[in-house]
Amino acid sequence: MIDIDKWQEIFHTLKQNRLRTALTAFGIFWGVFMLVIMLGAGSGLENAVYSNMGDFAKNSMFIWAQHTTMPYKGFPRNRSYHFEYSDKYALEENIPEIEIIAPTVNGGGYRQTTLVVHGLKKGEFNVLGKTPQENNIDPVDIAWGRFLNEYDLLERRKSVLLGYRVYEELFDKGEDPVNKYVRINGIYFQVIGVYKSKHSGGWGENQNSEIWIPFSTAQQVYNYPNKVDHFSIVVKPEYEVKQVEGKVMAILAKRHNLHPEDKAAFGYNNVGEEFKKMNGLFLGIRGLIWIVGIGTLLAGIIGVSNIMLIILRERTVEFGIKRAIGATPKKIVMSVLSESVFLTLIAGLVGLMFGVFIIELVNSVIPPDSEMFRNPEVDFKLAVSALIIIIISGMLAGVIPSRRVVSIKPIEAIRSEQ
Amino acid sequence: MISISELHKSYVTGLNSLHVLKGINLTIEEGEMVSIMGSSGSGKSTLLNVIGLLDAYDTGKYHLNGTLMENMSETKAAWYRNQMIGFVFQSFNLIAFKNAMENVALPLYYQKVGRRKRNKIAMEYLEKVGLADWAHHTPNELSGGQKQRIAIARALISKPKVILADEPTGALDTHTSYEVMELFKEINNAGITVIIVTHEKDISERTKRIIHLKDGLIEKEYKTKLNLSYA
Repeated sequence: MIDIDKWQEIFHTLKQNRLRTALTAFGIFWGVFMLVIMLGAGSGLENAVYSNMGDFAKNSMFIWAQHTTMPYKGFPRNRSYHFEYSDKYALEENIPEIEIIAPTVNGGGYRQTTLVVHGLKKGEFNVLGKTPQENNIDPVDIAWGRFLNEYDLLERRKSVLLGYRVYEELFDKGEDPVNKYVRINGIYFQVIGVYKSKHSGGWGENQNSEIWIPFSTAQQVYNYPNKVDHFSIVVKPEYEVKQVEGKVMAILAKRHNLHPEDKAAFGYNNVGEEFKKMNGLFLGIRGLIWIVGIGTLLAGIIGVSNIMLIILRERTVEFGIKRAIGATPKKIVMSVLSESVFLTLIAGLVGLMFGVFIIELVNSVIPPDSEMFRNPEVDFKLAVSALIIIIISGMLAGVIPSRRVVSIKPIEAIRSEQ
Repeated sequence: MISISELHKSYVTGLNSLHVLKGINLTIEEGEMVSIMGSSGSGKSTLLNVIGLLDAYDTGKYHLNGTLMENMSETKAAWYRNQMIGFVFQSFNLIAFKNAMENVALPLYYQKVGRRKRNKIAMEYLEKVGLADWAHHTPNELSGGQKQRIAIARALISKPKVILADEPTGALDTHTSYEVMELFKEINNAGITVIIVTHEKDISERTKRIIHLKDGLIEKEYKTKLNLSYA
């Protein structure tokens, strides 16, 4: 049942001095508002960075061959070497922690483009030899057709998967490219599909400008009988990439006669570590946001508590009378608490709504593929926890003043005016 | 109804101790109408507050309706005040933002009586004090006498055993004072014990028994003529 008398009292006290009530409520409003805005901004930053990463396997690493930096077994330093396809088997057999290992070969060498022609349209693109496993490491969306499969590799088919930018340059808008032919380096390839990168920004642009052909075909076409440019390795979820890194290098060093200490002979990129660093960074940002947000809110709570003390001092006589006619201390405390909770709840909810409104506004203004800021959001869980914080803060704001009220003897309270 | 023996009470403020009640022995039977008189500082209000459980005493014994009132928690005291005692104050002490009916109904609110029911009962009591037409006025729209009658209705609504009035006519003119005293007499005739603290002789003469307090002790007590007329 709604206790009309209780609400009548609450409204009466809050109405008594509107400016004071408004300023007090503003403290809470501002605290919640800032917390929501900062959390939204934090999530926007986080979403932008993670969407740049696409669906990249987090527990993964890349390794590619560079020049040796140490002489070993009669070989001089600064010797160039390359990985071989057989390294894949050696790594798979000797390192059980490996889940997926996918080789890539760059057609014409690292970042060398190849002329690709379709009808009257042509362009220079990166052509890469890939395996079907690639789609488990750095997945792409398929816009037309299909991804590479094992038969493409086994039969060294002249199949080709085009990046979306490539498709846009070589085909008419909306044209179905599947089963059409494109000429790569003078050889006709049949288009099996078109992919779209899941990465945002520059990374996505680059990936969409690539052409993927079966790894085995690439070796043949570009005359790299046994060359692998880089291996993408995904480690089983229960292991750390860092533990596997060393083992991979040791095996490759042995197979290519590299000095065991010659780490600089490899180029590698530990995506797992990168992710960890990023997670740590965002954890820090989030922590900071909460500390600052809660701090601001705390200032608001102290404001409410302060005002409650003043209001209660003005109402001392009233509480004295009520106690004389039978109000228990609990009843008095509850009425004070419900007042402060009411005030903080209303102010907090307005702050929450206003914060969400601003975030949505920002969201509608910024371009959807922004690399710096994307989908700032305040999720439901967050809103609920903010609400709980508001209610608890309302109670905290009321506790000290209400205790004070009850600690005065009723007769002293009644007399305090006289 | 009320029996007090060797009651002492002192107020301690810092290093100073003020001995206000210095051993009061007093018995008030059910249905009595008593006035407590004395000059300012004689301890009459303190005595009333102790009887009304608004204040604690130091030593001695105080039985209310046969129960020893001792080491009371504030919650327990609030319950006794609500059930047994009705207060009437010199400055009326009505809640400013509630109307007459809501003020009268307030004690029932603390007894968890529903709003509709308690407002109905409050109207009956307003009727008794002749202010039913003023039920929806707030206290600042009423005269002193009207306010005091509302305060009396509020004291009566919980059907208390004792009405305690601290200078109930102190803020009223003579004519209104007598009207209020008439009301107290009617209440007393209904069987409720009434204790009035006053320093006005003509007011005390309208009760049945007068207790004179001086320097924290009972100086003298006697029955009034009024008492005889009812005998």
